[in-house]
Amino acid sequence: MGINRLDFFKVLGLTGVSLAFGGKLNARQTKADQPELENEDQTEFVGILYDSTRCVGCQECEIVCAKTHGLPEPVDEPNPDIVRKTNETRRTVVNLYETTKDAMLVKTQCMHCNEPACASACLTQAMFKTKEGPVIWREDKCMGCRYCMVSCPYDVPKFEYHSSNPKIIKCDMCFDRVNEGSVPACVENCPAEALTFGTRRELIAEARRRINNDPDLYYDGIYGEHEAGGTGVLYISAVPFEELGLNTSLQKKSYPELTKGFLYSVPSIFILWPAVLLGMFKATKNNQNQEEND
Amino acid sequence: MINTEQILAKDNDGKPVWKFLVSELKPRGKYFTPFNIISVPIILIGLVLIVIRFIYGIGSVTNLTQEVPWGLWIGFDVVTGVAFAGGAYVITFMVYILNIKKYHSIVRVTVLNGFLAYVFYAGALLLDLGKPWNVINPIIGNNFGVSSVLFLVAWHFMLYMIAQLIEFSPAIAEWIGAKRARKILSSMTIAAVIFGITLSTLHQSGLGALYLMAKEKIHPLWYSEFIPILFFVSSIFAGLSMVIFEGSISQKVFSDQISEKNHKAHNGILHGLSKICAVTMFVYFFMQILTFIHGKRWNFIDTPMGYWYLTEMIGFVLLPMMLYYFSFRANNLFLIKLASIITMIGIIINRLNVTIIGFRWDAANPYYPSWMEIVVTLTVLFIEIWIFRWIVRRLPVLSESPSWVEEND
Ligand code: SF4
Ligand code: SF4
Repeated sequence: MGINRLDFFKVLGLTGVSLAFGGKLNARQTKADQPELENEDQTEFVGILYDSTRCVGCQECEIVCAKTHGLPEPVDEPNPDIVRKTNETRRTVVNLYETTKDAMLVKTQCMHCNEPACASACLTQAMFKTKEGPVIWREDKCMGCRYCMVSCPYDVPKFEYHSSNPKIIKCDMCFDRVNEGSVPACVENCPAEALTFGTRRELIAEARRRINNDPDLYYDGIYGEHEAGGTGVLYISAVPFEELGLNTSLQKKSYPELTKGFLYSVPSIFILWPAVLLGMFKATKNNQNQEEND
Repeated sequence: MINTEQILAKDNDGKPVWKFLVSELKPRGKYFTPFNIISVPIILIGLVLIVIRFIYGIGSVTNLTQEVPWGLWIGFDVVTGVAFAGGAYVITFMVYILNIKKYHSIVRVTVLNGFLAYVFYAGALLLDLGKPWNVINPIIGNNFGVSSVLFLVAWHFMLYMIAQLIEFSPAIAEWIGAKRARKILSSMTIAAVIFGITLSTLHQSGLGALYLMAKEKIHPLWYSEFIPILFFVSSIFAGLSMVIFEGSISQKVFSDQISEKNHKAHNGILHGLSKICAVTMFVYFFMQILTFIHGKRWNFIDTPMGYWYLTEMIGFVLLPMMLYYFSFRANNLFLIKLASIITMIGIIINRLNVTIIGFRWDAANPYYPSWMEIVVTLTVLFIEIWIFRWIVRRLPVLSESPSWVEEND
């Protein structure tokens, strides 16, 4: 990349960004570039592996999800002609796609990103990446600004537009259950064992094992291993993921990375700008009759 | 602690301040002006819509969707409105920091305009919040989302409003005749100006940075990692064009307030501003070209969105830039005003392209604002103009300061 963000901000007239600060910045950025499988206190993130080849489309996950979270049960079924979407009344949906190898099923819900855009967007940390891994939403903090919705690359958070006290609705990987040592309701009730719960590291190993054991069945790849900086929910399937409506054009870097250049430049502007302005003020102060220098 | 009440009471030539304030509340001027006839019904409808919005939810008056969660109220009221309010930091920079006396007569009105703009756009923001009562959370620390650009922007809005209020406060002191308070307040001006310019630099660009994470959602002709700097540079000429436009109207509408001397000086001011606009627009245009090349955008040009992009760049950046330049050379006031109007339309188009038109341009059900969103937007705008007019008719904003000010300084 020829010009980077930081260079550009220097054009603002802030040529004095100190070397020390620049050095620190680079150190932090390289660290952030590495996929983070662990957070600061070394707890491993948990996640869910979804195996599309095992899914039978029974919608049991949708039904138990609705029951667990007090939402209406689904009335429609997976249908190759319609892409069903999650919305303020359902946190997960299963869709049927006509693919190059038969009709295939795919479940969608929040991806529980390693570095979630939604949580870094949230100005009150109502959207929050727990140290265990699930990304949760906390009602008492949320102000309903919907910036999480603007930022999420998967369009996951949904908003109750017709409520005077609206909530953000999204999958929270049944955080309460996970906290009690149990597994998410959908995982527990899936009759086909299409869903597996575990640490992200175990799940990636398991996914690799399945692909290697049956390379004819599986497409060689794990969706979510690198997308958007890596996600807690991982997919394996028989066909390339774009055939299942999964967005494969997302960047591999995490999304919060996109705003870091800007946010890092803030402290330097806050230190430099007032000093520069004060200097200019002093320099022109006694020049009472100055006109615009045409 | 200084007892403000005491200072006010003592300095106001013995007249109780509150009685004076009550007498000032009475409306002045004609009731049936064209502006009043249009604005009053719209404001009334808008207020009803706001009540409906709070009872039945945001979806009852807006067309927002799950894919497009920010619409006209953010894209126009906040993002575009704040760009237009940029005039305040540019003018205070020239007058207080560079000490260019020429623009002194328009400082107060520009700061007042900026201040009201922020107050009302922050107000519009509250309408758009699902849980506006939780707006105090990021202020009181429940919790601080320090990695959020919106957190930065929200804090800056708040602090900048305070800074602008301080910048404007000597006018309030002059109005109620508080001599000592005026002295204290005007001694704070320069600090407020420096703080205010710093905040403006950051939140004008921050408004652009808000959209950085929506990488795949914004049309590639408008998305780039340089949105923040483009937003910042364009806020300079957006704000100044607003100053030119608003100033030209005020010269007519409030001619009774403006002294002969300032009235004459105004043409010189417009002339100077047109040059600054031309230069900053040139820089901006150049940056847009760099961004275009850097982003390898050629492939998108021969599409409907591409034509729209060219319209914006040529018709609403290049053209007004040249107009500003030629009107500066020829000292043609009419052309300056024309250029300011075209520039302002261009800024509206640009901000809406990023926030609404180019946002989810490929969505199956694209977002169009409902008539109710437009009426509420107009309501906010009209109430702001009402308040502005009320203040200008009473406070020494366009008119000269009272005679005691000079000796006091
Ligand atoms: S998929 Fe969206 S909502 Fe879920 S964690 Fe990632 S950014 Fe947040
Ligand atoms: S809507 Fe709520 S959860 Fe989403 S960013 Fe705003 S405050 Fe955070």
